[in-house]
Amino acid sequence: MSGRLKSGGAIDRDEVLRFHFDDREYFGHPGDTLASALLANGVRLMGRSFKYHRPRGLLAAGAEEPNALVRLRSGRAAEPNLRATMVELYDGLVAESQNRWPTLRFDVGEVNSLFAPLFPAGFYYKTFMWPASAWKHYEWAIRRFAGLGRAPEPGDPDVYEHRHAHCDVLVIGGGPAGLAAARRATRAGARVILVDEGAAFGGSLRGNGQAIDDAPGLDWVADVVADIEAAADAVALPRTTAIGYHDHNYVTLLERVGDHLPRPESGQPRRRLWKVRARRVVLATGAIERPMVLADNDRPGVMLASAVQSYLNRQAVKVGERVAITTNNDSAYDVAVQLKAAGVAVPALIDLREEVAPALAERLAAQGIELLLARAVVQVHGKYGVKGVDVMRLAPDGERVSGEVRRLDCDALAMSGGWNPTVHLFSQSGGRLAFDETLGAFLPGTGGQPAAVVGAAAGRFDLAACLADGDAAGLAALEAAGITRKGRMPQGPAAEASTAGTPPRNLWQVPTGPGKAATAKRFVDLQNDVTASDLALAAREGYRSIEHVKRYTTTGMGTDQGKTSNVNALGIVAGTLGQEISAVGTTTFRPPYTPATFGAIAGRHTGLNLDPIRRTPMQAWHEAHGAVFEPVGQWLRPRYYPRAGEDMAAAVNREVKATRTSLGLLDATTLGKIDIQGQDAAEFLNRIYTNGWKRLGVGRCRYGLMLHEDGMVFDDGVTARLGENHFHMTTTSGNAGAVLSWLESWLQTEWPELRVYCNSVTEQSAVAGVSGPNARLLMESLGGDLDFSPEAFPFMTWQDGTLAGLPARVFRVSFTGELSYEINVAASLGTALWETLMRAGAAWDITPFGTEAMHVLRAEVGFIIVGQETDGTVTPIDLGLEAMVSGAKDFIGKRSLARADTARGNRRQLVGLLPEDPYLVVPEGAQIVERAGMAPPVPMIGHVTSSYFSPNLGQAFAMALVEGGGARHGETVQVCWDGRSAPAKLCPPKFLDPDGSRARA
Amino acid sequence: MTKYSLLSLVRNAGRGHRDWREAWRSPEPKPSYDALIIGGGGHGLATAYYLASEHGLTNIAVLEKGWIGGGNTGRNTTIIRSNYLEDASSRLYDHAVDLWEGLSRELNFNVMFSQRGVMNLAHNEHDVRELRRRVHANQLNGVDAEWLWRDEVQAFCPVLNCDPAARYPILGATLQRRAGVARHDAVAWGYARGADRRGVDVVENCEVTGFIIRNGEVRGVETTRGEIRAPKIGVVTAGHSSVMATMAGLRLPIESHPLQALVSEPIKPILDTVVMSNAVHVYVSQSDKGELVIGAGADLYNSYAQRGSFPVIEETVRALVELFPFTSRLSMLRSWGGIVDICPDASPIISKTPVRGLYFNCGWGTGGFKATPGSGWVFAHTMARDEPHSLNAPFTIERFHSGALVAEHGAAAVAH
Ligand SMILES: Cc1cc2nc3c(=O)[nH]c(=O)nc-3n(C[C@H](O)[C@H](O)[C@H](O)COP(=O)(O)OP(=O)(O)OC[C@H]3O[C@@H](n4cnc5c(N)ncnc54)[C@H](O)[C@@H]3O)c2cc1C
Repeated sequence: MSGRLKSGGAIDRDEVLRFHFDDREYFGHPGDTLASALLANGVRLMGRSFKYHRPRGLLAAGAEEPNALVRLRSGRAAEPNLRATMVELYDGLVAESQNRWPTLRFDVGEVNSLFAPLFPAGFYYKTFMWPASAWKHYEWAIRRFAGLGRAPEPGDPDVYEHRHAHCDVLVIGGGPAGLAAARRATRAGARVILVDEGAAFGGSLRGNGQAIDDAPGLDWVADVVADIEAAADAVALPRTTAIGYHDHNYVTLLERVGDHLPRPESGQPRRRLWKVRARRVVLATGAIERPMVLADNDRPGVMLASAVQSYLNRQAVKVGERVAITTNNDSAYDVAVQLKAAGVAVPALIDLREEVAPALAERLAAQGIELLLARAVVQVHGKYGVKGVDVMRLAPDGERVSGEVRRLDCDALAMSGGWNPTVHLFSQSGGRLAFDETLGAFLPGTGGQPAAVVGAAAGRFDLAACLADGDAAGLAALEAAGITRKGRMPQGPAAEASTAGTPPRNLWQVPTGPGKAATAKRFVDLQNDVTASDLALAAREGYRSIEHVKRYTTTGMGTDQGKTSNVNALGIVAGTLGQEISAVGTTTFRPPYTPATFGAIAGRHTGLNLDPIRRTPMQAWHEAHGAVFEPVGQWLRPRYYPRAGEDMAAAVNREVKATRTSLGLLDATTLGKIDIQGQDAAEFLNRIYTNGWKRLGVGRCRYGLMLHEDGMVFDDGVTARLGENHFHMTTTSGNAGAVLSWLESWLQTEWPELRVYCNSVTEQSAVAGVSGPNARLLMESLGGDLDFSPEAFPFMTWQDGTLAGLPARVFRVSFTGELSYEINVAASLGTALWETLMRAGAAWDITPFGTEAMHVLRAEVGFIIVGQETDGTVTPIDLGLEAMVSGAKDFIGKRSLARADTARGNRRQLVGLLPEDPYLVVPEGAQIVERAGMAPPVPMIGHVTSSYFSPNLGQAFAMALVEGGGARHGETVQVCWDGRSAPAKLCPPKFLDPDGSRARA
Repeated sequence: MTKYSLLSLVRNAGRGHRDWREAWRSPEPKPSYDALIIGGGGHGLATAYYLASEHGLTNIAVLEKGWIGGGNTGRNTTIIRSNYLEDASSRLYDHAVDLWEGLSRELNFNVMFSQRGVMNLAHNEHDVRELRRRVHANQLNGVDAEWLWRDEVQAFCPVLNCDPAARYPILGATLQRRAGVARHDAVAWGYARGADRRGVDVVENCEVTGFIIRNGEVRGVETTRGEIRAPKIGVVTAGHSSVMATMAGLRLPIESHPLQALVSEPIKPILDTVVMSNAVHVYVSQSDKGELVIGAGADLYNSYAQRGSFPVIEETVRALVELFPFTSRLSMLRSWGGIVDICPDASPIISKTPVRGLYFNCGWGTGGFKATPGSGWVFAHTMARDEPHSLNAPFTIERFHSGALVAEHGAAAVAH
């Protein structure tokens, strides 16, 4: 039975915390994790495995735990798949086990175990193929067996934050090596960030009770942390995991700010994502112990020796009354001694090695612990908890066991199969790993980024060496960061050097015993239920690369990402293939180091903050007047302004009609505006636009089309010449950013010799467009210094002046085909301008109109919208805008227009379309075919780009791109959508005022 | 070669699974072959398979520099659909879907083609217009496609955030019911096994380092395992196509970018279809293991390193949490990147080249997994007959000179 000791451990026995696991109530103390508290309460069964639903307990005490995954909290606050070893206990904690039905103890899924012989690695690739269409039914069933926890309900009650930071030294890992490095760097005044995933600093010192500077190790830890906390430029972050190591020493950290509390403190996020750019990184990430691959090594009570030790020292929990120990290296000897000292019986320490240093053997002897050398555990007994182990003699080649089967009674087995340096982040940083035959582990090799790997992460397991290593790395980091040392430097910390040990005996799988035991499962990946024989099978079937083995068997693909299984798997595969481990390869470690909450990665950028909302200065007026908005890029633009009782069609008809017959008002602020200056500005525009710009007079405006290199229309807009070397470009609302990037990319990469400077000025002014036959009357009524007579202010010119007391720049341009003025004022004056116009315009019943009416108005006169009439495959010629294409000069895209297919005569060309049914507004995006009633595949000759009802024409009309359409006016085609079709007649794409006299009035 | 079936599983179970043979051999490369395929991704392996099975060319080899399927084949989010806009592409991709439907049986290897439907979401009027245009074109081309309005979207995928007050509300979606996902590794392995069974040498750890070209004709390749001769060589190296082209003295209009993907921890089934969004950029499905498989966007810079940048992951995860609010408290388990070969018109090149006997199949960019069987099938035809099949005739290299592009920016806008 596991349980709590009367004394010891870093827990607060005076405070009792109540918690629930699977509906049963238990008690623990501050300092407990959910895992330790359950153990203290005698609970061993904590989960079920993925495939066979075998009963499972704890393997580890840290982030590498594969078995004890729980669903914490409930409802919208639930979080599945949490490792019980990383969950700090708080009062009222509620957790449940996963992947079992109906209960953890009686799990129906366990029947899978009966069919285990049928489910070797990759069995699903070999079956479920009959009958041909049945996979979806098999899949339905398989999916229900698979998966781990249940997702929470939507509506996360917590918030998450991001924080950016720069530092001289980022130390990852707060064990002895990392602390020594951080201490050194902090004392020299460097900007230091120290992080550790644990609830407190100390790393291995928290679990193993070693001494530093002749005092308890944890005293030294407390000193160092206090130093860092006191320093001005240093910060120590517990509960913080470095999850990703990206290029240019960019490291992401995930801080668990409020997870250890019933709910985050008010005003605090639950988790915080740090994005750190560090000059130097010190990787002091420690090492993870390896399990031994032996028969039934997954039984609850079989644990890593370091975990047994950690529970003992940190939380004063004994994992059993009689704990057998098996090891291949020296580290487990301390565990045996400490267990014994705590009053736990240790029936034997079973070491795979033929011999060990006499000092070690003597230590055991002094405690009366039996040492069994050259022996192996060949079988674990007990299904829901260890009842005993069988031990046999191990042959020198490690392939066989022989002799008597000795049964040891015990209720737990602590095992140590050696140590894997935690090289994940080093590997993520681009570093290559090198296999060390003696340690039987991967060590950081060459490459990577400006970082040092120290301590156990670099394969140095001796405390004194770790301290020295960390101290040196701290110094080196200072030098690299260019920090000249200030003040007296302290001595490095000291610890007793351990005596030279015996190297581990790396045996990747322990042979099984005779009889029934021969077929017992030896698990490599506990979470995904991958056994040694699965790996051997994969290798036999030709899956030789470790990547193939992983994918075929799923080893290392669980939520623990193979932290305890990868190297064992490699060893077994190498053994099966008769190759060196280094030849089989290692897998590249990918971010994140441990699973990272999506909510934390999203941060505050969710809901309405997903993307910034851009609003014009007149937005409040639009809202107050009932506008319905539509997103255009990041902008919200009024789509229409319904009056009481109006639907969209009625409102749009009214707005269109009013503008055509009297006066309309549009918020045109969103149009992209780019200020272009420099002595080569005209030359630049000449290259960017298809038409000529050099002779445009100051004070005049011109419509321009820009193409991509492929000759296809990319953007359009009116650009005005403000001065000899100064232009004001407008772009489509959604494309403004792309156009600016386009201009910059040409200036910066292709034409750096041009003296041209571009600036986005979109948000500097508010723009109101007045449009309609009464527009001039309105402008004149406003009062000011501008003469709006056609002679003084002709079409396609601009003027600066004062309008109703507001300084304004007025462009006489038109997108509606009516007499129009676009009035630009400083953004801060936008509302004043708008309200002035509404007041003054009342005489002509001025009507604000939205994007929908604007679309109808421009379509009536045949103006295109880029992105609607064009889709990246349309040339100016296709649009009937050949007049815009200069033959005299070069411009981007010109050469492409001459390509055989681009110059073809029967390309899709812009036409007008009048449905035979005058009230039928065909859907935009409908396809056009020659005849109705053809069976697929039906040849398509075009598609509808815009389609509206025109209150001015009194009928529906559309624009379309149709093959050779320019020469087919008058012919009838069929418009097709959703299985319907309707006849329509092709016509020129101008439905009103074909010679454009209204705009020039 | 043992046939895979429930029966053979049962039989082998009795013998402790000791008798299974290797799925494909690991032969030493021979000094010469009748044809070589460079690149052991899905497309290269499928090409070899169909060269052997459809055209009787069996003295051939696939040369792979690492392990088969280790390129984009083993890194992609496995979305399979054929709802492309242009006639030429919808035919090509739909032919692939036809082959997918029979692939597990054809290969006797379960590739787990799961026709759970794919939705493309519309978040603004422009999306609606363009997506419906695609639906109408698909329907007329005989490709299955439906348009769903918001309520229908919500009914089809209840966990999707269809709140009309969302920042970019869902207005509707296209749905292709025949579309779905498959198991990527199984595709590589299944084709390798099928090709191997017909005599094809699948040679791993064999990097091609140069071409042997005489008088405008290809004669063979130099590799890290020696020179190998062959009169016909097909290059199917995805992200490294421009590198290979340079070796052959050709230039391709291809840019290589990192494209990332990620998975969540496994959870019980919650998402039964595939959801793709361009405006709120992410694409998501749930694997049979229970992981949410999440596709990110391409990084803007060019690179051959199989790692992308974190900002792209952030953007993707925001979109994920926005569209699927239940994911906020789930965790990202693993992320990775592949190198995708992007053509200016977002369509592939499956073509002869100016070098006689040298063929290129590339430019699949962010979305070539879905085409794997079809791509191999037409490329095998092209290599065997030295002329394209009518299905891939429009996908020549020459189109970039003539301007006869197959523009699929809309259909391919969401990387997938
Ligand atoms: C993250 C991501 C998500 C994606 N999602 C989807 C999706 O959902 N749906 C979809 O349809 N597509 C998707 N794709 C695209 C798809 O993966 C690819 O288009 C497709 O898999 C390409 O297959 P392939 O066989 O041509 O290339 P690969 O699988 O990349 O194979 C090319 C092979 O060539 C080898 N090679 C390269 N150089 C040499 C050399 N010199 N000598 C020998 N061998 C060489 C490489 O090692 C590699 O194995 C995605 C891609 C990525 C990266």
